[in-house]
Amino acid sequence: MSRHSLIRFCFVALAVPLFATRPTDDPIVVGSKKFTESVILGEIIMQTVQQTSFEAIHRRELGGTRVLWNALQGGDIHIYPEYTGTIRKEILAGVAMDSGMAALREALRTQGIGMLSSLGFNNTYALGMLTRTADTLHINKISDLKRFPDLVLGFTNEFMDRSDGWPGLKQVYQLPHTNVRGLDHDLAYRGLANGNIHVIDVYSTDAEIDYYQLKILEDDLMYFPEYQAVILYRLNLDSNAPEVISDLKMLLGTIDASAMSQLNSQVKLERKPESIVAAKWINETFGVTPTIEVKSRWQRIWQHTLEHLFLVTIALGAAILLALPLGIWSAYHTKTGQGILAVVGIIQTIPSLALLVFMIPLLGIGGLPAIFALFLYGLLPIVRNTYTGLKSIEPGIQESATALGLPWLSVLWKIDLPLASRAILAGIKTSAVICIGTATLGALIGAGGYGQPILTGIRLDNMGLILEGAIPAAVMALAVQGLFELSERWLVPRGLRLKRSD
Amino acid sequence: MAIIPADFELPLQLHPVKLSDMFSLNGVSKRFGSFTALHPLDVAFREGETSVLIGPSGCGKSTLLKLMIGLLKPDSGTIHFNNQPISPTNIQILRHQMGYVIQEGGLFPHLSVEQNITVMARHLDWSISDIRQRLADLSALTQFPENLWSRYPLQLSGGQRQRVSLMRALMLDPKVLLLDEPLGALDPMIRADLQQDLKEIFNQLEKTVVLVTHDMGEASFFGNEIILMRQGKIVQKGTIKTLVNQPTDPFVKDFIQAQRQVTVIEGNNP
Repeated sequence: MSRHSLIRFCFVALAVPLFATRPTDDPIVVGSKKFTESVILGEIIMQTVQQTSFEAIHRRELGGTRVLWNALQGGDIHIYPEYTGTIRKEILAGVAMDSGMAALREALRTQGIGMLSSLGFNNTYALGMLTRTADTLHINKISDLKRFPDLVLGFTNEFMDRSDGWPGLKQVYQLPHTNVRGLDHDLAYRGLANGNIHVIDVYSTDAEIDYYQLKILEDDLMYFPEYQAVILYRLNLDSNAPEVISDLKMLLGTIDASAMSQLNSQVKLERKPESIVAAKWINETFGVTPTIEVKSRWQRIWQHTLEHLFLVTIALGAAILLALPLGIWSAYHTKTGQGILAVVGIIQTIPSLALLVFMIPLLGIGGLPAIFALFLYGLLPIVRNTYTGLKSIEPGIQESATALGLPWLSVLWKIDLPLASRAILAGIKTSAVICIGTATLGALIGAGGYGQPILTGIRLDNMGLILEGAIPAAVMALAVQGLFELSERWLVPRGLRLKRSD
Repeated sequence: MAIIPADFELPLQLHPVKLSDMFSLNGVSKRFGSFTALHPLDVAFREGETSVLIGPSGCGKSTLLKLMIGLLKPDSGTIHFNNQPISPTNIQILRHQMGYVIQEGGLFPHLSVEQNITVMARHLDWSISDIRQRLADLSALTQFPENLWSRYPLQLSGGQRQRVSLMRALMLDPKVLLLDEPLGALDPMIRADLQQDLKEIFNQLEKTVVLVTHDMGEASFFGNEIILMRQGKIVQKGTIKTLVNQPTDPFVKDFIQAQRQVTVIEGNNP
């Protein structure tokens, strides 16, 4: 057993009772990245799998490429939609291979991952113009732009800088344009609409293409890299669930760029839920009607509340169990104590997002890595406050307790801890509030909770959804704070809450 | 109480422990880092007698007291209590026979007066009736009103706090009382009152008392024997008379003189 799997085993062993309610017959888990197109594709894949005899769940918006790829390799998810360009440049970066799908498929096979052929569209950089303008000027392909050097080009700053963006494009197509501006993507669309800008860079399936009635110019010199949408899956599905794979093959070649752009537009601009958009598309394409569960807002809030409480309670409980002894030890053993405080302090400085991502190779995705990260963040306030609380007890009081002949454990239990109780409680309170806030990031690695609607809301620019996560999270933080202030009356001895009389 | 001539010097090197010695320290020294708090010294405290450790701050008098009750460990030398050498293994039990009172009282602010006084007796599983009885006796002895038993330290005056601290020290009926500037934090009127009461209590109990102070008036008020210390060493030991009339070192004279001047200045102020 390697060290990683050993650590993992320990956590799983600890967590098994917590997750014991999970069905024994594991469902097929579909993952998706945290952008709309990926979520829609994940939803389509999931609903397709559900047409088979297998159960399927969709862990949506798990994060970026790294998270999804690691989760797929670790077996936390079984299937997810990816792009060939991403596989080539990010996942298998540094692996020498020929161009073409076959070479890519072979390289993935050695890693235990299967790849189905293209779903039917290539989501790459493209140049777009208002259809009106393009038709008037008879522009169909990028080469046609050469004839109109006076056109104003507006590109995102990233596209301006990337070697495979504007600099290369200009060279390959010998474009003569001098009026090229770098600007924000949303502004570019607006500039296009009011005629200040004529050509912009887009992703070929952007929701706005449909909305603004853009024409995508053909990349006739094949300059932009291929980003064919494909399905990645764990190869053991070939033997374990062959009907899932054969059903998924029915999806291949069925979604072209404009269809994808329309699906994106329905979600992003018309604000329909992904599950409904996906179900409608499946119904129109295959004539079957997937059963989808649409939860009401209150049902969602309730579910997220339970998930959030679960994360916070377990993490905080574990943090208290470790941090209290550490704090007590630090207060009485100055040398090792300084070391402990330093280590716990350093943990606190690790950016939370980075910590969550570090956890994935060790603990996979979902609740476990999120709880572990929250647990680590919960340590410092409790350790430090316990330490400070104990250290700030007047030496005379501790000496008097010892001089009475009380053994050290009784001194700790009857004198020191009650005297430090206010500080310790404040530390736990801080820890709880931090925990509630940070737990919203757990949604990035599939832990659910209030972060889920926030994440979706940010992606869809939907303030209502953001508030659906942010308000309950704030309410929970306030409630917990209030609860701790109430509990002070029970836990902090009366003699410490008095005002001095003389 | 044994009557010993004022100029009597114990031949400690020859007979380290005498039966009448409650405490006997031989070659005891203590350093804190590079600071020498106590140079190796020999001293004994006789049973039933009130001894006063006096000297300017930093002279090592409080350190000596803490060594005796085991709050500090000596770097060298041995300390005998009641003819047993003190060690980390027996100090906890021996402390049941010592009462310790410090300047600010050292009361536990989260416990009531009653809980403060009885914490150790409850730890030792005394019966409720025994605890009640002892508490009542001590309240009478220290003239502390019983209706204040349920108060918390923060609700008491400075003088009341010191009486509670004394009761706590006396709860297990110890053989010795170790008092580290017990009156140091009190204002003069209360101080004089409590001084008088304390002396009566000591006389009544006939316990061995070691009291630390920096005030010569207080030292002569309490002490059969006064031990004057300076820079971690004992300068002179004897009654106040011996110290005044036969100083062995110019510092003894200076120290007493300085204290007298303060008294005079205080006396001139109406």
